[in-house]
Amino acid sequence: MDSHILIQQLANGLVLGSTYGLIAVGYTMVYGIIGMINFAHGDIYMVSAYLTALVLALLGASVSPVVALIVAFVLVVGLTAVFGFSIERIAYKPLRKSPRLAPLISAIGVSLILQNYVQITQGARNQAVPTLIPGGLEWNVGGGVVGITWVQVMIIIVSQLAMGALTWMISRTALGRACRATEQDPKMAAILGINTDRIIAIVFTLGAAMAAVAGVLVTLNYGSFDFSIGFVTGIKAFTAAVLGGIGSLPGAMIGGLLLGLSESLFSGFVNSDYKDVFAFSLLVLVLIFKPSGLLGRPQVEKV
Amino acid sequence: MALLEFRNVCASYGPIAALNDVSIVVETGEIVTLVGANGAGKSTLLMTIFGAPPCSGGKIYFEGQDISTLQTHEVSRLGIAQVPEGRRVFQSMTVEENLYMGTTPIGDRYLKEDLEKVYSLFPRLRDRRLQRSGTMSGGEQQMLAIGRALMMRPKLLLLDEPSLGLAPLIVNQIFSTIKDISKTGTTVFLVEQNANQALKIAHRGYVLVNGRIQLSGTGKELLGNADVRKAYLGE
Repeated sequence: MDSHILIQQLANGLVLGSTYGLIAVGYTMVYGIIGMINFAHGDIYMVSAYLTALVLALLGASVSPVVALIVAFVLVVGLTAVFGFSIERIAYKPLRKSPRLAPLISAIGVSLILQNYVQITQGARNQAVPTLIPGGLEWNVGGGVVGITWVQVMIIIVSQLAMGALTWMISRTALGRACRATEQDPKMAAILGINTDRIIAIVFTLGAAMAAVAGVLVTLNYGSFDFSIGFVTGIKAFTAAVLGGIGSLPGAMIGGLLLGLSESLFSGFVNSDYKDVFAFSLLVLVLIFKPSGLLGRPQVEKV
Repeated sequence: MALLEFRNVCASYGPIAALNDVSIVVETGEIVTLVGANGAGKSTLLMTIFGAPPCSGGKIYFEGQDISTLQTHEVSRLGIAQVPEGRRVFQSMTVEENLYMGTTPIGDRYLKEDLEKVYSLFPRLRDRRLQRSGTMSGGEQQMLAIGRALMMRPKLLLLDEPSLGLAPLIVNQIFSTIKDISKTGTTVFLVEQNANQALKIAHRGYVLVNGRIQLSGTGKELLGNADVRKAYLGE
């Protein structure tokens, strides 16, 4: 085993896992609060990638990369959050009192609409964004070179900051308490005066914002994307959420990192064609021995 | 003007009628109790105040205002707190977080002062303030549910079966606390299967049978009533 490959793949896995974690948070929070898998969540991430390209193209070379980066973050995260809020209002809220399957089908509908709309209006071809921040760090390790780009460093730092801020919000603030109360017992929360519809809307908005953070970061990292990335990455992030225990916020982050690390280690040492097979096999194995995921609470039937 | 008035209230779950023409008046400062067997519609009546289920007939007035069309989350803002059946504390939150939740309608202006009040009423909660509430005993969770309701400084405190499933010693303690709360000026509307204890502390009471009010009177009158004694006190 070459130590430089190991370190390189660990770094790659950390980067990949961070983005999975950011997107998984949206799945897990929405599931926690209304028990629904938001199948359109991956496509919200995809839209944020297009928004990133749009904002960067509009800014062009007129501003410095750092300014462009900050403007892109603010605009894309803001717009995507509004987008997530609107989808909830239009496609899910009217179905609040319907059987559980109805909003699920609605979510699949939203996902198809977004993919096809973007494909028709933006074209099916790969989109590219120019490299905003070039360069990175390199080290010589045991006869090889380990490299990590500045963008990758930024992915790790920004995703940790975003997760930290979200965790703090949920565990320490009044709004976070209201979210947890609504998750645990929506009827009691309403009796205490919490507008649970508003809390649900906020959770969707936050989830979309976190996906947008991932959208900006990944777009800068890979430099290219198309309309179908929402599906592929969405499935992976959903897997991460289930792996960590759906409904659990730290579970989503740990599930994301675990999935990212195992994918890239498998690619580096075994076979990169089978990395998805390995990732999903890992999921199956965890679910066999711990059906509620790594940090998930077992479902207890409420009486 | 009564603080709370049910005027000819009807309610149903789908096709099943749960309440039929129920009229109850609760005056400011009173302890009023509603007794009745399991399934008589007692909890349903309390929940109609919060619009869940809504009244299918009749109206509910609070301080003269018709509240029967309000949404669930709008009701607590008027000064109505409920200690629900089964306590329903937020199990994975700490004791103190549960108490914070009680301040939702009024904000955290009186937070420190009111926390102190609740802790002096229930010293056990102070000892366990950072413990997850789901790990506490039933009696402690009941104290927490009452404390949480008091945190919103309610004008009207609704209690649904506070003695359910608790040891006799704890039940006595809960009932004497309810009396103390009433003495501080909070009006109490108490729903109970434990008719004996409830009627003892209540100024007035109503008996609900199959969704209808069958009897009403002062606590003493009802305690002395032969039908009540036979049906609810096991004589």
